[in-house]
Amino acid sequence: MMTRKARRLWIVVVCGIFASTATALMLVAFRSSLSYFLSPQEVLVKHPRPGEMFRLGGVVQVGTVVMSHRDGKPFTRFRITDGQASIPVVFTGILPDLFRQGQGVVTIGSMARQGGVFRADTVLAKHGASYMPADVEQALRASGKWNPKFGPAPNAATWDNKTPQQIAAAKG
Amino acid sequence: MTQDYPNEAPLSGMGEPPLEIVRSKSGAWLHQFANPGRFQRFVQPIIPWLSGVALVLTVVGLVWGFYFAPPDWQQGVTARIMDVHVPAAWVAMNGYAALAICSLLSIVWRHPLADIAAREIGPVGAGFTALCLITGSLWGRPDWGTYWVWDARLTSVLILLFLYLGHIALLRAFDNPQHGYRAAAILGLVGAINLPIIVFSVYWWNSLHQGNSISLTGPSKIYITMLLPLLVCTVAFYLAFLAMVLARISSFIMETKARSLLLAAAEGGRS
Repeated sequence: MMTRKARRLWIVVVCGIFASTATALMLVAFRSSLSYFLSPQEVLVKHPRPGEMFRLGGVVQVGTVVMSHRDGKPFTRFRITDGQASIPVVFTGILPDLFRQGQGVVTIGSMARQGGVFRADTVLAKHGASYMPADVEQALRASGKWNPKFGPAPNAATWDNKTPQQIAAAKG
Repeated sequence: MTQDYPNEAPLSGMGEPPLEIVRSKSGAWLHQFANPGRFQRFVQPIIPWLSGVALVLTVVGLVWGFYFAPPDWQQGVTARIMDVHVPAAWVAMNGYAALAICSLLSIVWRHPLADIAAREIGPVGAGFTALCLITGSLWGRPDWGTYWVWDARLTSVLILLFLYLGHIALLRAFDNPQHGYRAAAILGLVGAINLPIIVFSVYWWNSLHQGNSISLTGPSKIYITMLLPLLVCTVAFYLAFLAMVLARISSFIMETKARSLLLAAAEGGRS
């Protein structure tokens, strides 16, 4: 015969299993709306209607950033890529400080009527999980191990506790 | 077979246990900590030390992180906010895990100290969660370009804050405190489902918040001179959390004791 304690423990365990399963099913069901942004690949598959607001995220494609002025405001053209597809984006306004080629960004806006261009109302910068002082970044760049333009920082074990001199010395 | 504590018994006698409580052998290891008097004798001398060390480490960690650690190559000085933000986030989540464990001890073993611990973890955990959200918001504005977005990580941490606040309110919402403890324990356990969602939110869904910089298995993605102050702050925040919770539990036990003495005195005067 079960003690009252054992019975309560079993009730908790069973309720826990049910509650976790229910939560998991809910999260799976709402998966698409839980993602904060669509990647260019997903946009090409889903084909959002022109004018429908959504968030487009990815990396600013290297060599596509063109900055100019329109009506006295900064006007920027660039492409967002996820490595598989890329979508042209236009944005009028001031970009966040972290905006640069190769940087992750999330843009909020909608597709224009023509040309498959995404009109962004807002550009948010997304940064990676790596943190390093400027001299370490310079040393990695000088050693040819990393150029921030072309993707995330290399394996952290190669730099996270080495002096800039050691990093620069270890070429290749 | 009364393996449960009578509702009022454990708190009524602070010094020696006033009544012989029948204990099952299996629960004995757990229940030896249930005596409030023993708890007081154990933690009272520790609290000043914990508080002192936590304060010193917080000052050391923050001064180190904000004045001596190098700025990030890309984010500049704003990356220093992580010395507050990240430890606050860890303490907020592990504080809730502790609250959930207390809830389990409360529901299954009717452990009276677990009830009080859950009661006192709530406000402290909510404070650290709020600190995490506020510093994160201040960090987001210069680097992301926004104070707030409804991405999975930010939203799930906001839910954590609401769970804490709901727990605080529910636990105190009943005339009979035992009813409050029971109801709050259920909320505490159900809310624990949110913890893995917070942890994995940045991997399960696209989010603006970046992934983890520090993992138990891989190398840290934070350069060593920026990592050390963060680790000092982490230890400091955990100790501060512990000191605050223990001090709150201790003063709640004393408050209860004082109230029951006053009540006894008042009743004695009447007769």
